[in-house]
Order: sequence, then structure tokens, then C-alpha cells
Amino acid sequence: MSDWRPSASLETLQLRARVLARIRAFFDARGVLEVETPVLSQAAASDPHIESFITHNLATGRADYLHTSPEFAMKRLLASGSGSIYQLGKVFRRGEAGRRHNPEFTLLEWYRPGFDHHRLMDEVETLLQDVLAGYTTLAPARRYSYAELFQTYAGFDPFNADVDQLQTHVQQRGIDVTGLDGPAVDPWLDVVLTHEIEPALAREGPVFVYDYPASQAALAQIRPGRADGADRAERFELYVNGLELANGFHELRDVAEQRQRFEHDLAQRKAAGLDAVPLDERLLQALQAGLPDCAGVALGVDRLVMLAAGVDSIADVLCFDYARA
Amino acid sequence: MASYSTNEFRSGLKIMIDNDPCAIIENEFVKPGKGQAFNRVKIRNLKTGRVLEKTYKSGENVEAADVMDTTMQYLYNDGDAWHFMDPETFEQVAADANAVGDAVTWLKEQDMVTVTLWNGSPISVIPPNHVVLTVTETDPGVRGDTSGGGGKPATCDTGAVVRVPLFIDEGDQIKVDTRTGEYLGRAKD
Repeated sequence: MSDWRPSASLETLQLRARVLARIRAFFDARGVLEVETPVLSQAAASDPHIESFITHNLATGRADYLHTSPEFAMKRLLASGSGSIYQLGKVFRRGEAGRRHNPEFTLLEWYRPGFDHHRLMDEVETLLQDVLAGYTTLAPARRYSYAELFQTYAGFDPFNADVDQLQTHVQQRGIDVTGLDGPAVDPWLDVVLTHEIEPALAREGPVFVYDYPASQAALAQIRPGRADGADRAERFELYVNGLELANGFHELRDVAEQRQRFEHDLAQRKAAGLDAVPLDERLLQALQAGLPDCAGVALGVDRLVMLAAGVDSIADVLCFDYARA
Repeated sequence: MASYSTNEFRSGLKIMIDNDPCAIIENEFVKPGKGQAFNRVKIRNLKTGRVLEKTYKSGENVEAADVMDTTMQYLYNDGDAWHFMDPETFEQVAADANAVGDAVTWLKEQDMVTVTLWNGSPISVIPPNHVVLTVTETDPGVRGDTSGGGGKPATCDTGAVVRVPLFIDEGDQIKVDTRTGEYLGRAKD
């Protein structure tokens, strides 16, 4: 067995260190404050598609969740007047392992008071160009709304598709899916996104997708629909060569709405047979006190290094991947 | 009944799909950051050899296939079935033409082969990589021609037809690679 050795080459680890240094220089030049929030938290992410690791403090009996992103703590800082902040650090997600996933990974997350999601997309693109300069050349990013993305790459309107139509579409594409039996449209849209659209984006360089269905808002503001009806979540994702790199929001600030989404998540978790998790009451108190109008984004640093290094597997940019950890 | 969660998926794992035993060839975890996770797998149906792609919602449980590769000795063919014996337990199994498949032209009595058993019954047979066969029918040998150029078909005792050099005669023993069907050389007695 030689699995005591690193999964990345020394050359890649040197590249990784330079990428981290460039990220810090980028924010330093812009006067964005670096912060470090706790990894262990009494509250957990409620998102039914994200599972936290849990640990127990044997001395006090307190159950601690390893954070899956620093979002809640950073919003508490914003609500207490921090101004623009960023954080670079490890986050943990149970059950996410594969060629592009490692259960423990490095996330860059930053928040910009006064920005909406479009202005933050501009800044994400600048960061991407700055950090990757000299490593890989990227075309200017294209921007598609979620509706345009589906029209362009899958040929239908995702805001006017029901489960039957989506099932038929997926079958016609020769995709054989087991385990989706609920009435929800979103998991089927996710099948199309991951099986049909993402592979097509592999040839496209940087692509921003924005204005998601309200049912996929996560923690983004929802903008009421105009004549065409459907509401839009002010959320965006960045793909580069088909690799999902970042997810951002024009942040939800309404405390009642936030509580409702937490409760909705918990109901969904229960329906799916997942563990109930403690909600972050301190985040709700912070929203009650007042979160400034802001946009925030989380960017996968390991995947950014994958792009810089020109490699296709996350293990290739980690000192030791999960199998060797 | 034993089952595997998609979290345990890896290449080589044997699972049941549409009532057939299958082996996972490739497993890819895909997940939109804020959405449903899936396991996209490429699988081989162990009965038909056919390769297909399937997607599971992550977290699903899939029935395990009780499949085992066993080294067995080929005994004889009784006209309907091919009989194999486990050299340790002396237990015998009979495989039908479906299970034997393309291996049929390489099966020589006494040879050790790999028999894949599903719930104890053979579903496929893999011959040894190299077998020694006796040429039963070929054009007369051309003596002195060792150039290796040209060649001619030779029918062997198992029914296999192998392209051999011109100097090979009926009754000669030849070594053949069963994966490519290529002649490797004359077998030394």
C-alpha cells in the first residue's frame, strides 16, 4: 500500500498555495475583511439535500454540528455591522464523495453589502480571471437565466413543465432514473441539469446561471413574477467547463420568511426520513436585528485549483483525499 | 435481504437490477450544490454481458446480488449442459449454453476455468487466458516455412478456428490466447 502518500503532486500543492495567496490578495486590495467563524455549531444546515457531520462533546454532552458552510455565522457578523467580509476554510458534508466531491473541502465565502446578485457575479468573474491568470485562459463569462439555460440546452421552459413532461423528456434522452417518485418538479429538473445540461456546458467555459425557480431559492430573495407569472429566486450559480464552481444569493433578509423556509426544510427532511436538526435561532435573531441589503457567494476552492492545474479529479488537488485521510 | 446504499457504490460491486445480477463498472456522484444528489452508474448485466447506464437517487438502497467467481474444473458436456466441479468440495454444477456463451470454443476437459455463480447457479464461464488445443483440421503443413508470414485457418479439437502459421500440421498442439483468439506458439510436449 502506498496510500500514506499525498493524493496531489507536490507541484499541484505549490500551485494551490499560490491560488490561496492570490485570493487573499484580491480581497485585501478591495478592503474586504478576512474572518474565521466557528467550525462547530449547535445549529445545523436545514437544507434537505445537505447532511452535516455531528460530533459530541463528551465533557458537556453538547452535540456539535460541523458547519457545511459559514453562512449563518457570517450573516450574524454582517448584521452586527462588519461590512464586507470573506472567509476561507474547510466545510464538511456527509455523503458527498466522488470525482468532484470530497466530504471535507475548502470553501471561499464572501458577502458584499449594497450588492445585488448581478453585481456580485461581476466580482466573481473578476476574481476568477485574477486568480487563474497565467494558469488557464478563460473566455468572458456568458450569462443565462435559468429559463434561458433550459431553453438553450434542453429545449424546454422549466417554469412550465410538470413531472409527467419532465419524466417523458428524461426518458427520451435515454436517462434511466430510479428512486424519484414524489410530486416535486425540482428533482427532475436536477436530473436534466446534471445529466444533460452540465455535460453540454463542458464545452462552454464560464457560464453564470441566475434567477432560479422560487422552489430552489435556498436563502435567496424571491422577486415576485411579472406578467409571465412565476416568481424568481435571486440566486446564481457559476459553471466553468461544466464544473459547478460557485453559488450566490441576493440574500434573504426577512426574518419571518427565513423562519418559514427553515420550517419548510424541516418538513421536507421529515418526509424524506432524514434527521431533524436544530435550527439556528441566533441567525433568526440577527435577521430580526437587521441584515444589510447584501449579496453573498460560496466558491469551491478545490475546484478552482482543479481548473488552475488542469486536472479532472478533486483528489488530485488535495494533500490527502477522504480515502487517505 | 442484503442491500447496498448508493453511498457504498464502487466498481466491482454486484447488485440486482430488473431481476438480473449486475456488476458496477463505474460510479459517478453528481449533485447540484443546492439540489438532489444522484449516483450515475455504468453496469454490466452478468447474464447477458450487456453494458447499460442507470441513475439512482442518492441514498436509495439496492438489493445485493449473491454473485461469486469460483475456480472450477471443466469436466464434460452431456449434449445439453456443461459440467464443472469445484476441486476442493467436489461439488458439481451444470451450465447451459447461455451461461457458457462464447467460452464454449475454448473449453477443454480438465482445464481450470472461472465460473460465475449467482445464487449457486452458473451464469457465465471465463476460460483460462491461455489454452493448449490440438489441431484437428488444416491444410498440409509447409515445412521449413518459419517466416510467420501468411498463415492459414486451423480447426481445433474444441471447435475453435485459429489462424496459425503455415508449418502447423494436423495433430500439432498449439497455445492460444482466449481473449484475442490469437495463436501464441507451438505447445511443448
